[in-house]
Amino acid sequence: MDTPFAITLQVGSSLANKTGSWRTERPLYVQRMPPCNDACPAGENIQQWLYRAEEGDYEGAWRQLMDDNPFPAIMGRVCYHPCESACNRGRLDEVVGINSVERFLGDEAIRCGWTIPADAQPSGKRVLVVGAGPSGLSAAYQLRRRGHDVVVRDAGPRAGGMMRFGIPRYRLPRDVLDAEIRRILDMGVELELDHQVQDVLAEQREGGFDAVFLAIGAHIGKRAYIPAGSASRILDAVALLRGMEGEETPRLGRRVVIYGGGNTAMDAARTARRLGAEEAIVVYRRTRERMPAHDIEVEEALEEGILMRWLSTIKQVDDGAVLVERMELDETGFPQPTGEVEELEADSLVLALGQEVDLSLLDGVPGIEVDDGVVQVAPNMMTGRPGIFAGGDMVPAERTVTVGIGHGKKAALHIDAWLAGRSFTAAPKRDLVTFDMLTPWYYSDAPKTVRPTLAAVRRQSTFDEVVGGLDESNALFEARRCMSCGNCFACDNCYGVCPDNAVIKLDPTGAYQYEIDLDYCKGCGICAEECPCGAIAMEAETI
Amino acid sequence: MPYQQIKFYQAGSFVVGNRLLDPERRTVQADGERSNTLTSGHRACQGCGEALGARYALDAAMRATAGKLIATNATGCLEVFSTPYPESSWQLPWIHSLFGNAPAVATGVAAALKAKGRTDVRVVGQGGDGGTVDIGFGCLSGMFERNDDVLFICYDNEAYMNTGVQRSGATPPAARTSTTQPVGDEPGNVFGQGKSAPLIAMAHEIPYVATATVADLRDIEHKVQHAMELRGARYVHILVTCPLGWGCASADSIKVARLAMETGLFPVFEAERGEVTSVLKIRRRAPVEEYLKLQRRYAHLFGKEPRSEVIARLQERADRNIRRFGLVDEDTVEEPGGVSAQESESVGSAVDEESNATRLLEERH
Repeated sequence: MDTPFAITLQVGSSLANKTGSWRTERPLYVQRMPPCNDACPAGENIQQWLYRAEEGDYEGAWRQLMDDNPFPAIMGRVCYHPCESACNRGRLDEVVGINSVERFLGDEAIRCGWTIPADAQPSGKRVLVVGAGPSGLSAAYQLRRRGHDVVVRDAGPRAGGMMRFGIPRYRLPRDVLDAEIRRILDMGVELELDHQVQDVLAEQREGGFDAVFLAIGAHIGKRAYIPAGSASRILDAVALLRGMEGEETPRLGRRVVIYGGGNTAMDAARTARRLGAEEAIVVYRRTRERMPAHDIEVEEALEEGILMRWLSTIKQVDDGAVLVERMELDETGFPQPTGEVEELEADSLVLALGQEVDLSLLDGVPGIEVDDGVVQVAPNMMTGRPGIFAGGDMVPAERTVTVGIGHGKKAALHIDAWLAGRSFTAAPKRDLVTFDMLTPWYYSDAPKTVRPTLAAVRRQSTFDEVVGGLDESNALFEARRCMSCGNCFACDNCYGVCPDNAVIKLDPTGAYQYEIDLDYCKGCGICAEECPCGAIAMEAETI
Repeated sequence: MPYQQIKFYQAGSFVVGNRLLDPERRTVQADGERSNTLTSGHRACQGCGEALGARYALDAAMRATAGKLIATNATGCLEVFSTPYPESSWQLPWIHSLFGNAPAVATGVAAALKAKGRTDVRVVGQGGDGGTVDIGFGCLSGMFERNDDVLFICYDNEAYMNTGVQRSGATPPAARTSTTQPVGDEPGNVFGQGKSAPLIAMAHEIPYVATATVADLRDIEHKVQHAMELRGARYVHILVTCPLGWGCASADSIKVARLAMETGLFPVFEAERGEVTSVLKIRRRAPVEEYLKLQRRYAHLFGKEPRSEVIARLQERADRNIRRFGLVDEDTVEEPGGVSAQESESVGSAVDEESNATRLLEERH
């Protein structure tokens, strides 16, 4: 051996020393459940489509979104975005404007004419969908993508259900609604309008349908007994909103009182203002905190000058006036009458006291169970009658468009499995990512881009859209504020912070972008601790 | 590029890499081809901040000098864990001589290179706080006053860790070491002793002095890069966590260093020719307890009878640093959940965002 004077060994590399043997815990790349996905009633993989959008791959983002929801442009306008309420970024600065990015993607798809192919192998099965609302159309879309023949029947003159006849156009422009419905029909979904299904079993038999999905909604306005004079004008909110889609707009007069505290009441009040009412007063028997209407709806209504009378009930309606009684909450939080009565001037009274389902089409169907006015379904959305599924507002759930869309998708997955004689099992839920699982130091302040809102004055006099959209650069900015909770976004932190160079960058990447070099990883856990988004777990070694 | 008032970092601008950034805007450490000057198989403890800090700094120096770099190393943990004969973790020319003479050896190497006309090859001397602040201090001061062309890097883990956690001149007050036991009226290391090597280095009016912590990679890389662009004596003092000596969890190594910075206990700044030229502002100010509680060397301050008066004195030190170096800017520090109205109004343009992040990084220096 040729070595210098007094040297007996060649220099060796420490690579010979496999420090992996010191380890008692090993890091593990994981995918956890981001709170936005967890909160989405339509089951969207929001983190994933934001990830695509961050790269400017809007079409890829849109396609990811369309996997779960065929109405991004509609959702981006009318969804109450529980995803944003759950967003971890809210603990850092402000939540990510997920809803506005969704809307941008939806609008971009309409602008660019992106479509979804219906190229699955035909299954030869036929499914009848009753009701062309969000839930029915969502189910039709999902079933069509899976190769089934789908016929949608609706009693109304146009498709869209409550999206058209319940949501005012200042919140959802009809060209957007039409475009997203058109895209589903273009996939080969058959639509039969003005077709009221009277006897579902007969229609199923005659049409040769292997399964039925019922999503007829809840569109009968609840009435309350209120003593009324002969000349008093009382109408219900559902009829008012539906009337807005007809030839002649309803007449309400100068002073309008709306009775109820839900979203429909807000829509009715704002519509009344737009129809020229000088005063629209919402009368609700509980407090603002207990109003079922979403906060943003109440906010926008107040901004537009809608007046609110909380803790009040209507005792009597006369020509040109309503009698209102003040209420008080008792210890259990239930409103109790106080006997104090006041008169409000009113040309008309709009009742927005909730809606009921017209269940006549199920008369005589064996096995159907109805409770509290809604149809009971099993966890797979099937009614007591095999092959008949139901969803949306006619089953027990929160009544929003997004929930309806989620029901449609869920029912479609189960119908698809049921038709094939299988049963569908959803993937097990991943661990939810809480804020303390993140290392927020790596993210910094980026306030939410505030959507341009039209001036309140302008809103009151027209039916223009109230909330404006993001342009491309803002949408990108907003998407990039996503912290990617629980899912690797390839930030290289683990690769950088390992004191032992024991993280390998994969190229090409597999399910993950990195791999732990277990020969050298000492299990210190810095990578897991410093992962900004909580996508690394530590797992005890079996010794 | 239009100037934007908005302060904002996209997810990723403080992280090592980020797929959304141009490769040249990512850190040296994000590079799959980085030098790995200190490679795997070294025998540092789990979560060693010094091993990490050394690789951060030397990889950056390697990039800055296109790989033409020689390192001299004082005795200490770094030397011991990296070179148990005949193995070496070093992937650059590296020489160890004595505990106290690493700066002088570095001077010698630089002189030899100069004599050979190889001034393209640069020299880095390095050591722990024992080898730098105490034992090698005479040689270091000599190297400074002669303005020798050497960058000396001190990896400061605030005690003699290799020999069993004995107090050094860089050990902070109240810290327990094996020679400063938590007993008596002033438990742990006493207040009013020790020294700040960076401030003494500044007194030599050398071209460049900087401090950094292992918690801010981008900051370290910026400072080492800048130091390598200069000639003459330069000094970078990096706070590195010692999970063993400080008694913290190995996983918290970076977190603890970050808190040293965010509490103000360890001021991060840079100075040229004796004058402070920039400070790293605290983004999220933390009370000293947050830092102290993670470390068993301060456990005697908490327990059943918390020594709140000692904690208050440490907080005072942090506050003094914040005042002295201007570490907190009222407009830059983030209050949780609060964003000033002015910021909310300005809308960032995503097109400029990468450059914006970079601009802010530049602004920090």
